[in-house]
Amino acid sequence: MINELSYIGYFFLILAMLNSFLLISSKTILYKININTAGLISLTSRMHFPILLLSFLCLIYSFLIDDFSVKYISDNSNSALPYFYKVSAVWAGHEGSMLLWCLILSFWMFLVSKSSESLDKEFRENFLSIMGFLNFGFLLFLIFTSDPFEKNLSVPIDGRDLNPLLQDFGLIVHPPMLYMGYVGLSVVFSFAVTCCIHKEFKKEWATWLRPWLLLSWSFLTLGIALGSWWAYYELGWGGWWFWDPVENASFMPWLMSTALVHSLIMTEQKNIFKNWTILLAIFAFSLSLLGTFLVRSGILVSVHSFANDPTRGIFILIFLGLIIGVSLLLYSLNADKIKDNQSFDLISKESFFLINNILLVTATFTVLLGTIYPLILDIFGLEKISVGTPYYNLTFLPIMIPLIILAGVIPTLRFDNNSNLKNIAINFIFIALTSLVFILIFSIINLYVMLGLFLFFWITINLFIHLFKNLSWMHIGNRFKQNIGMYFAHIGLAIFTLGATIVESNKIEKELIMKTGDTIKVNKYTFEFEKFFREDGPNYESLKGKFNVFKDGKLISVLNPEKRLYFSNQSGMPMTEAGIQPGLSRDLYVSLGNLVDDNSWSVRIYYKPLVRLVWLGALIMVLGALLSIYFQINRNKKRRTT
Amino acid sequence: MKKRTIRIYYVLIISFLLVILFFLFIKIFNENLLFYRSPSEISQTEFPPGYVFRIGGVVVNNSLIISKKTTDIQFYITDFEKKILVKYSGILPDLFREGQGVVIRGKLLSDGSFLAEEVLAKHDETYMPPEVSESLKINKKQLEETSKSIVK
Repeated sequence: MINELSYIGYFFLILAMLNSFLLISSKTILYKININTAGLISLTSRMHFPILLLSFLCLIYSFLIDDFSVKYISDNSNSALPYFYKVSAVWAGHEGSMLLWCLILSFWMFLVSKSSESLDKEFRENFLSIMGFLNFGFLLFLIFTSDPFEKNLSVPIDGRDLNPLLQDFGLIVHPPMLYMGYVGLSVVFSFAVTCCIHKEFKKEWATWLRPWLLLSWSFLTLGIALGSWWAYYELGWGGWWFWDPVENASFMPWLMSTALVHSLIMTEQKNIFKNWTILLAIFAFSLSLLGTFLVRSGILVSVHSFANDPTRGIFILIFLGLIIGVSLLLYSLNADKIKDNQSFDLISKESFFLINNILLVTATFTVLLGTIYPLILDIFGLEKISVGTPYYNLTFLPIMIPLIILAGVIPTLRFDNNSNLKNIAINFIFIALTSLVFILIFSIINLYVMLGLFLFFWITINLFIHLFKNLSWMHIGNRFKQNIGMYFAHIGLAIFTLGATIVESNKIEKELIMKTGDTIKVNKYTFEFEKFFREDGPNYESLKGKFNVFKDGKLISVLNPEKRLYFSNQSGMPMTEAGIQPGLSRDLYVSLGNLVDDNSWSVRIYYKPLVRLVWLGALIMVLGALLSIYFQINRNKKRRTT
Repeated sequence: MKKRTIRIYYVLIISFLLVILFFLFIKIFNENLLFYRSPSEISQTEFPPGYVFRIGGVVVNNSLIISKKTTDIQFYITDFEKKILVKYSGILPDLFREGQGVVIRGKLLSDGSFLAEEVLAKHDETYMPPEVSESLKINKKQLEETSKSIVK
């Protein structure tokens, strides 16, 4: 009976496909034969999620009971794997992660279906039908090219095991978060396409859409931050961003949806930028599909890409072309009918928002060019090139500087007049002086650190002055609630900027050979390599080093970097686990290279000042977005009751 | 001036700036591309001194020499036609093996050897970098047999 679960899971997949087919046909075919489609659309769009959830649970259960008759399980799991990794192995490979993708897509549709009653009836039905179309397309892809329940011809005794790099907490949570973000953009996309069909973008629609966008943006931010954190401690090089095409694939939708968050504010508050908002929504989701295509098709080789099956790449490419093509066609046919009712001055808050958007979109395209230009050259067989960090440092970072400066100014401006330009000048002098004091106190000579420090103060001081000025005359009311999320998000950006510039300019990285008993001084810290010893884990053997770290002669920490050899790994390829002592002001990072002699190792010792601020900044941004969502939903409720 | 003339001036200035930015951008882009060359292509081309590019090939068996005092390392890589000496100072990635494909970023030294800045061996143990497998002077089947014999 238990082995039948994989068949039941497959059955639910087929059922879900039929269900989504029913959903998309209600609006296109069934309404012609006088069937009440309204109820049908509501029902099918809600049923989709529970059906897929059952299918997903079947897969999880099959993993837990080591049902190696299923090919996907025998490829990605092993009986010695701890149970929590058995669960996370469900989304460690291609098939399972596509199932997770479909599940999350259906979950978003479920939520939308539940909470979209306030929208116009006709609009809502079209909206859900488009989401249904996306669900149907991805389910087709799943069932016909990547069936997770496919059976093995002969049942192996044990599974091949989960890639050891993925046996880690970061990788349990990173994919679901990132997918929630990627797929959440489908809500915004479907909404934008529906606007094109209706040739309209009402102000209250923008209000409805905002929490959805912010929620998926939050997940995307969280997913990217988790990925960066994982790479930092798991890959053993101590970097937090590599400009790897796979990272860029998630970063591009982030940049685009950040632009979208800002242009949607304009649409909601001033009834302008409507066209632009719709176009950004289409781009943002298209980029997240492009990311999926790049990562999953095997064009890019990385820990994320799995068996290279060309049919999958072709299917995603066709689906991608269809979605982008149809949505852009609808847009170009109808965009001119969605008119902005107002115009604005050249120097005004509105035009600063426009500049913010132009900068973010330009930044996205520099990343896009660096990511796909090498691939295009390669496909045509012209040249094999790669684009590295120097390119991004020279093109991407200069765009970020004015953007961060704007993040400190725009919130202090008001829509109605531009009289506070004088205040900006005063604030500038004050902030420059503050930065100068800090530069002198810490005797900073590095230009990047100076810039980072200035940008940090620029945002935080500007925002705090604005906050306190307004508090005095403004009862803590709607304005405050409306803006508090933005304050957090921008201060998160400031903290991130400070961390990123300082860790990149002041980090110390030593690579050397150490015998047991050797010591080395890095910054104020003395690292002593005391010994190394054997200590095995549940499914691997491990050599651990013991490093004592002293500061001013006092022992402050003991670090245990590891070299692991997983039992299931036939070729004897070791894995590196870094030993890290995290701290808000700095991280101490030790990782083992290879054994060069009986008792000496090549060792990496890193000192990373303020590296935690990079992820802390991202978390604060997310907190800001969540606060915004909370207050907006509250406001909407109040508006409805009065 | 009329409003329209002012607007035309704005447009002209902005488009002029955009053109300059675009050319700067293209220049930066071109200067930061890293080209890929195989060992036999290197012997055929001249490079300006200090020119950074990538090479790739299979690490020749028994060619790896590791210093026991410093992190200096040297080894040969080959495309089964020409081989080239690679010098590196640092820690090799976990997946680095003799008989396996690697891609290396660095520059050519005057003595004809290659000074590596970075050695890339990707996440997968069975993986041969696509650049490397395409530039190898033997076909895939031969390669499999050769690498087997190298590993043995």
